[in-house]
Amino acid sequence: MQKPFLDTKIPEGPLEKKWSNYKQHAKLVNPNNRKKLEIIVVGTGLSGASAAASLAEMGYQVKSFCFQDTPRRAHSVAAQGGVNAAKNYKNDGDSVYRMFYDTLKGGDFRSREANTYRLAECSASLIDQAIAQGVPFAREYGGYLRNRSFGGVQVSRTFYARGQTGQQLLLGAYQGLMRQVKAEKVKLYTRHEMLDLVLIDNKAKGIIARNLDTGEIERHGAHAVVLATGGFGKIYYLSTLAMGCNASAIWRAHKKGAFMANPSWTQIHPTSLPQSGPYQSKLTLMSESLRNDGRIWVPKDQNEKRKPNDIPEEDRDYYLERKYPSFGNLAPRDIASRAAKEQIDAGKGVGALKNAVYLDFSRALKEYGKNIIKERYGNLFDMYRKITGINAYDEPMKISPAAHFSMGGLWVDYELMTSINGLFAIGEANFSDHGANRLGANSLLQACVDGYFILPYTLSNYLATEIKVPKTDIQHKEFDIAEANCSKLLEDFLTTKGTKTAEEFHKELGKELYDKCGLSRSKEGLEKAIENIQKLRKEFKSNLIVPGDAAEVNSELEKAGRVADYLEVAELMCIDALQRDESCGAHFRQEYQTEDGEAKRDDENFSYSAAWEWTTNPSKPNLNKEPLIFEFVKPTVRSYK
Amino acid sequence: MKIYLKIWRQKDNLSKGSFKDYTVEDVNKDMSFLEMLDTLNLKLVKQGERPVEFDHDCREGICGQCGVMINGIAHGPLKNTTTCQLHMRSFKDGDTIYIEPFKAEAFPIVRDLKVDRSSLDRIITSGGFVSVDTGQAPEANSIPITYEEAEAAFDAAACIGCGACVASCKNSSAALFTGAKITHLELLPQGQKETHKRVAEMVEQMEKEGFGHCSNTEACQVECPENISVLNIARMNFEYNKSKLLVKK
Repeated sequence: MQKPFLDTKIPEGPLEKKWSNYKQHAKLVNPNNRKKLEIIVVGTGLSGASAAASLAEMGYQVKSFCFQDTPRRAHSVAAQGGVNAAKNYKNDGDSVYRMFYDTLKGGDFRSREANTYRLAECSASLIDQAIAQGVPFAREYGGYLRNRSFGGVQVSRTFYARGQTGQQLLLGAYQGLMRQVKAEKVKLYTRHEMLDLVLIDNKAKGIIARNLDTGEIERHGAHAVVLATGGFGKIYYLSTLAMGCNASAIWRAHKKGAFMANPSWTQIHPTSLPQSGPYQSKLTLMSESLRNDGRIWVPKDQNEKRKPNDIPEEDRDYYLERKYPSFGNLAPRDIASRAAKEQIDAGKGVGALKNAVYLDFSRALKEYGKNIIKERYGNLFDMYRKITGINAYDEPMKISPAAHFSMGGLWVDYELMTSINGLFAIGEANFSDHGANRLGANSLLQACVDGYFILPYTLSNYLATEIKVPKTDIQHKEFDIAEANCSKLLEDFLTTKGTKTAEEFHKELGKELYDKCGLSRSKEGLEKAIENIQKLRKEFKSNLIVPGDAAEVNSELEKAGRVADYLEVAELMCIDALQRDESCGAHFRQEYQTEDGEAKRDDENFSYSAAWEWTTNPSKPNLNKEPLIFEFVKPTVRSYK
Repeated sequence: MKIYLKIWRQKDNLSKGSFKDYTVEDVNKDMSFLEMLDTLNLKLVKQGERPVEFDHDCREGICGQCGVMINGIAHGPLKNTTTCQLHMRSFKDGDTIYIEPFKAEAFPIVRDLKVDRSSLDRIITSGGFVSVDTGQAPEANSIPITYEEAEAAFDAAACIGCGACVASCKNSSAALFTGAKITHLELLPQGQKETHKRVAEMVEQMEKEGFGHCSNTEACQVECPENISVLNIARMNFEYNKSKLLVKK
């Protein structure tokens, strides 16, 4: 049936030789044969656009799908702070090995050594690639590239384009993609949402997609399918993600046999804008780069009534600097978020709802002057003023943690292939490189590295065995079945005719997850959450309301499909968090902490990735374990003190 | 606050549209404009009515997907602000707000406030890129680019592709959008090799899509959420003329 369970396919050899060994021995497809092979890429963010463009440049026929109205809107666009690369331009002791180690340690030793090393190894080429595309990265006056620091590291290896690095990298990839559209190597399907994956003889052979403008259901066949559909942090409803971000593509692939790994590992970002009211639809991120110059504090007294600028130094608690003197305000995200929650829970939160902490630039403003700060973070200060009406040059920002990045995702092997043959997952949609906590500026990197540099080799290695396979027949009965199921699902949503909107279900689910499977989790809470989610799912089936019909633009129908999937993903997240009786990275179980409140890992029993298998009952998934074998690095207690 | 809305409703590009009246009670000043529309839509859906379709995604001013005419102004009254970043504190209790889609021949209406802006994609497809394949790139620091050059290129590259420039222009011209991409790539050594070909192809595509000509009213810059300068249009015209003189047919 399926591939042998959890064969990671890590190549032989020393760590620094594994990827070159792989490339030297990977099977190739002759240029004349490439044009006969079709590849579907779902998603046009950094990983999807870079993969589609690179594969098309090689000569494959690519079909590229996105639900937005143009590929350039995919949510990679919103990444602000930067992208890491071990160029060591700063001569400050950086190297591929150090970047690998920082990433592995940042992930609390819960990722695969070989994958993480490869990420660091390919990082330098990405900067070269982006520069060649015309990405306007920040420069020194002499004309060379500039760097800054991000959380969890002690070198400056982050490249950036003001506070819009994601936008500029995405435009580079998007323009590369459109160049291939012009060359007729890529056929673009915008405003299309993938509804199902189609398997023929246990291989991924196509997708069912819905044209969101006409409602038409379409069949698309290929020799391989690539999911580059991003993360699902939007499951918490309030998150830093775009409104349309969803888990539907990977979840429907999961239901066809692709394993989901570590789904509960969600990064809660420490510097987002706090919620201001119940009507709120999203939380806006303020880049981590602000922590280079901003200092985080709360008043020492929980009954503090003074305005922030009137509170003298001795009445402020710079708790990150106090608790983690060597990393200070640049402690990794999981630690910074948890520390903020600790202060807020202790009643020291600031703002009307007492749900925030201060991020203060007064010292940096004094030291460097307003012009330098404006140049570094101008657009972020502007955004802050637009949303809150407050000028952060005059008083500290108020920030708060928010759901941000899914470290979990589809399980993939070293080749980025899922447990379904011919189905690949790249970028945030897979689980591979970040362990239990992602370091800042590594997500743009992973998306690009997967798409530009890894998939072209590994997908070719797979396709080399498919060159004699004819084009997929979309009249095959598997397509009939999948299409009928999709139509029925949409019909069910429309005919339920209850009283509660998809959005209302989503809000309720999000709150439940945030409270019980968010920054901190407990056995009791998770068990309760599972019960509540099951109830909510049941109610969804009988009480959903979706107006209009399926053969037209219908955004409520789109939402219903996404929320239906979220209601199942959420339960798996809780089950995943419940089985892991340890704390690691972003996964903090209250029962497992050190005396001073830090995460307490249990390497003896939990040094594995949990790869969940669908069993048709969302409450009873099968657990497969991929043991994490550390050949080259000895996991240590992760300390940033 | 209580807000009165007059919203353009239109089933599709072939049907006739019209303004419909709505009232939203309990509007909070800290709500975003789109959250105010969410509030209205929640009410409509619960009554079994079709919600108002509008485009949006990131809701942090960067993806460029949102955008409507608010009281006749693209993205509303605040300067350099997308619709999603506009908050209700810019309005007052009892205000009546007219909401219409971005209107242009090259932006057919999909439904209500949603328009099809794929014409902008086709302008990029015609030449808005550097012709480099993955794997060809030289070492990044081998081509120094001065701070000033990089910053100027960035100013043009910051365009989010929302189409407010087109909607604000009495000729529905896409000159600012096109000029910004031409300038971004022309200011960098990586992009200069193809400038002549690029500018000729992009300008021709712009005309083919049915966008009008620029008559220098500069309304586009005024309404641009990214404050993209009309000097990009001047550069486009200059480069276009040069390309016509220099490129051998």
